[in-house]
Amino acid sequence: MKNIAQLLFLIILLASSILLYNAVYTVNEVEQIIVTQFGKPVGEPVVEAGLKLKVPFIQQINPIDKRVLEWDGPPSDMPTKDKLYISVDLFARWRIVDPLQYFLRLRDERSAQSRLDDILGSETRNAVAKHELIELIRTTKNRVPLEDTIASAAEAKLDVGALVPIEKGRQLVEQEIFAEASGKVGVFGIELLDIRFKRINYNASVRPKIYDRMISERRQIAERFLSEGNGEAARIRGNRIRDLDKIQSEAYRKVEEIRGQADAKATEIYASAYNQSAETIAFYEFTRTMAAYPDVIGDSTTIVLSTDSDLFTFFKSMNNYEQRKEK
Amino acid sequence: MSSQDDGPKNPWGPSQQPPDLDELLKQTIDRVKNALPGGNSFGSAGLLALAFIVFGLWSAYYTVPSDSVAVIQRFGRYIDEVPPGLHFKLPFGIDTSTTVPVKRQLKQEFGFSTPGSTDTHQSSRSQNGTLETQMVTGDLNAALVEWVVQYRISSPSKYLFELREPADTLRSVSESVMREVVGDRTVDEVLTIGRQEIEIEALLKMQALSSKYVMGISIDQVQLKNINPPTPVQESFNEVNQAQQEKEKLINEARRDYNRVIPLAEGEKDQRIREADGYRLKRINEAEGDKARFNSLFLEYRKAPEVTRRRIYIETMQEVMPKIRSKVLVDSELNGLLPLLNLNTMKGSSE
Repeated sequence: MKNIAQLLFLIILLASSILLYNAVYTVNEVEQIIVTQFGKPVGEPVVEAGLKLKVPFIQQINPIDKRVLEWDGPPSDMPTKDKLYISVDLFARWRIVDPLQYFLRLRDERSAQSRLDDILGSETRNAVAKHELIELIRTTKNRVPLEDTIASAAEAKLDVGALVPIEKGRQLVEQEIFAEASGKVGVFGIELLDIRFKRINYNASVRPKIYDRMISERRQIAERFLSEGNGEAARIRGNRIRDLDKIQSEAYRKVEEIRGQADAKATEIYASAYNQSAETIAFYEFTRTMAAYPDVIGDSTTIVLSTDSDLFTFFKSMNNYEQRKEK
Repeated sequence: MSSQDDGPKNPWGPSQQPPDLDELLKQTIDRVKNALPGGNSFGSAGLLALAFIVFGLWSAYYTVPSDSVAVIQRFGRYIDEVPPGLHFKLPFGIDTSTTVPVKRQLKQEFGFSTPGSTDTHQSSRSQNGTLETQMVTGDLNAALVEWVVQYRISSPSKYLFELREPADTLRSVSESVMREVVGDRTVDEVLTIGRQEIEIEALLKMQALSSKYVMGISIDQVQLKNINPPTPVQESFNEVNQAQQEKEKLINEARRDYNRVIPLAEGEKDQRIREADGYRLKRINEAEGDKARFNSLFLEYRKAPEVTRRRIYIETMQEVMPKIRSKVLVDSELNGLLPLLNLNTMKGSSE
């Protein structure tokens, strides 16, 4: 009897503890709970964290995330307005703001993600198709790029390295997609917080063409450099010849000027000495002629002299002496 | 309790929970049973109570490593953050602790991965890292960019409770921002001159987004690693570099030729001018000398013109005559000399 009472007590204890265990539940900081009774939501969602009570067995709890959630769609290929195929990878952040609505419409997150796939996917396609690629890539309008001091001379002329002005830019396109999509997700009790382009890349089929263009652009620049180098070298060679001619001709001019001045001065000096009177002129002529004789007459000269000549006046006879004296 | 399963995910492994609890319990019970012979009813109730206490004690303490803090939740509700050290909590899962390494410098790598990292978010989970690096620049060229983001967890409670996947979100944010920044620049800026500017702008934008998203993360640094043009294009980028070098070389060679000739010519010019100057001085000095000599000579000549003239004449003749080897002296009255004179032989004998 005692044993039966003991057993009964044990059974009651067990049953009540199971009941209690089923009647309490905890709510984590990161979630909110929708209590359902036979599948039908009862009361307001429980958003405050902590230990809570419910009717055991009859009521079920359905936790729904309270945090900001991520949607990272698969990359998909789509054409831009300028008919370029690009692969676009978008990510979005969203939050469940109306858990009851969310619970009724979607039940779980998997279906929420797939709705977001549909909505964001199609809005992205729409937006991308409406814009040229450059509008999706660039953000700042009319940005002036930094200039490479060495390359700029070549590249500026080729119009490489300039940024084409844009009208909208990446952020505005993102905002357009966001505005379109956030209106459509509201019915699911979801709030879209923002969307951003994660990756925008050239589609594999477009890539070779892009690479070809890049290669030809680089080749242009390379040729430009070579031609600039040759041009500059030619200029320097021209300078060399010009400067050389200039220097040499200047030297010639200067030299001739100096020599001319020298000769003029010397002539002036000689004239001032010799041109004093008829007598000086005659004397100069005489002395100069005398001075020239030793140079003019060499050892190979044959000379035929008459005894009449002044030098040999006395050679033939002394008679001349008297004549001379009279003179 | 399904709510417990969905609790905050800790990316650094499970919190301080005793491993193999059942096994340990069973072993302890067996050991105690063997120690107490008989094994009566009091024994099993006591054992149960003992096991209960041991388990309670076991799950009531936890340690927090020195680089972390622990976030304590009671029935899922956030209570406190505790510093490193040994701590106690309410057992049986009433309190749960999650350690968050707030002091550790964490990093995320994009486009490459350092092997042996324990942090699953450090590098891309997909094997194809090139997807992360491929970018389109502002002039619609392609570039491959690798970079690293250094960050720390600044607010553990925000990190755990505000976003579900903060580290994944950071990866997405980082990729998105880097493409935005690169997309605003020319390929030359991205590859060479604009690197620092990109790092700064990307850092600022990532910081702005991380605070906007309430990620509980503070981003310390964005560092660009390798930036390359796509492999098929690399060759042509090298060509540009080579052409640039070639240009410098051509110009330098021309300058070398110039420098070899022009300074020499300048020197030669000066030489010729100096020589001409010398000639000038020589001419003038000689003229002055000649003038002085003539003047003095003339002064004396005027005193005795006739005799001086004769003297000069005779002296000159005296100087000149000995040099002439063949001299013929002819009488002034003799005529027809020439037929007798063999000029050739006379000239020959003189040589």
